[in-house]
Amino acid sequence: MAKSVKIYSSPTCPWCVMAKQFLKDNSIAFQDVDVSSSQQAVDELMQKTGQMGVPVLEIDGDVIVGFNKEKIKQSLGL
Amino acid sequence: MRIYDLIIIGAGPAGITAGVYASRRRLDFLIISPDVGGQAAWSGGIENYTGYQFITGPELAVKFQEHIRSYEAVLKEGEEAVSLLKDKGAFLVKTDKDNYYARSVVIASGKRPKELGVPGEKEFKNRGLTYCAICDGPLFRDKDVVVVGGGNSALDAVLQMSGVARKIYVVNSAPSLAGDAVMRQKVGEAGNVTVFNAAQVVSVSGGKFVERVKIRNSAGESELQAQGVFVEIGLIPNSAFSREVEKNAAGEIMVDARNQTNIPGIFAAGDVTDVPEKQIIVAAGEGAKAALGAFRFLSMNQF
Repeated sequence: MAKSVKIYSSPTCPWCVMAKQFLKDNSIAFQDVDVSSSQQAVDELMQKTGQMGVPVLEIDGDVIVGFNKEKIKQSLGL
Repeated sequence: MRIYDLIIIGAGPAGITAGVYASRRRLDFLIISPDVGGQAAWSGGIENYTGYQFITGPELAVKFQEHIRSYEAVLKEGEEAVSLLKDKGAFLVKTDKDNYYARSVVIASGKRPKELGVPGEKEFKNRGLTYCAICDGPLFRDKDVVVVGGGNSALDAVLQMSGVARKIYVVNSAPSLAGDAVMRQKVGEAGNVTVFNAAQVVSVSGGKFVERVKIRNSAGESELQAQGVFVEIGLIPNSAFSREVEKNAAGEIMVDARNQTNIPGIFAAGDVTDVPEKQIIVAAGEGAKAALGAFRFLSMNQF
């Protein structure tokens, strides 16, 4: 079954753009949470992941901080 | 033991361009880098790279990647050089994963943001403390933040945040703000900015996230209530892994007009060197020169 993938991002963050491109290139469906769009998105990032920086990926509950390609690959089984 | 003709350390504008030139000279080479694009990838908008009237950093990084991949060059991404030594008549590049040998090396490892070196910095990284204002700025809507630094990148962060954050404190170690006059004026006009000149950050503290920043100036120590800390105090060269290469006081690798270092066969290019201008297009040009220098070195030594 496909894993649930969520990415917390901001539109101006280069690594967010690259991380999303990486997911697209690997045909991984993901939910994009834009932290610049609402305070709710920021609160969710802080509460659920304990982080206050982007990008943060959540892959089936696994929290990955930053665009760490290897960890992302590992977590997705790529 | 496989010995490559050339190992390029770094994949920013200098490293990628060196790779393009090495490919076209049909050298047997590797590029080793933790990322592709280097600092260029961090630029919001680039308007001074010839051929593009406007391109964003991430887009340019993708273009670099496409260009180098069109040559079937070997790019060891996610790998970082930890030492560079002479060994068995060649150069040994040790990374965090493997060892590689080559007859010549181009160091193009760029620069990284300088750290404060104060208690709390590491613990609160990504928990309110950031080195990338452009990335994380939107997270601090209606919060109070501290921007550390007084140069253009710090002022850039201040102006970016002045429309987002509630209060902005600037902690600048120099007696007055540096940076462009236009930017200083804009900072002066922003209603929510307080500048502390000749001041240092002493520590960053809080609970799960940043809550307080202790600073010191001539009046003594004081504490600012803030949820964000933006560190913008300049850059340092990623040159520590190459101990035997001669560097200037800033840690930049010294190169001659042909990008040769003090060690024959080791070349360097881009922001990690003492080249006068740190620009994407300059780094790219320097990368080309360094690769051609390495090619010449290999030919002259009949490798």
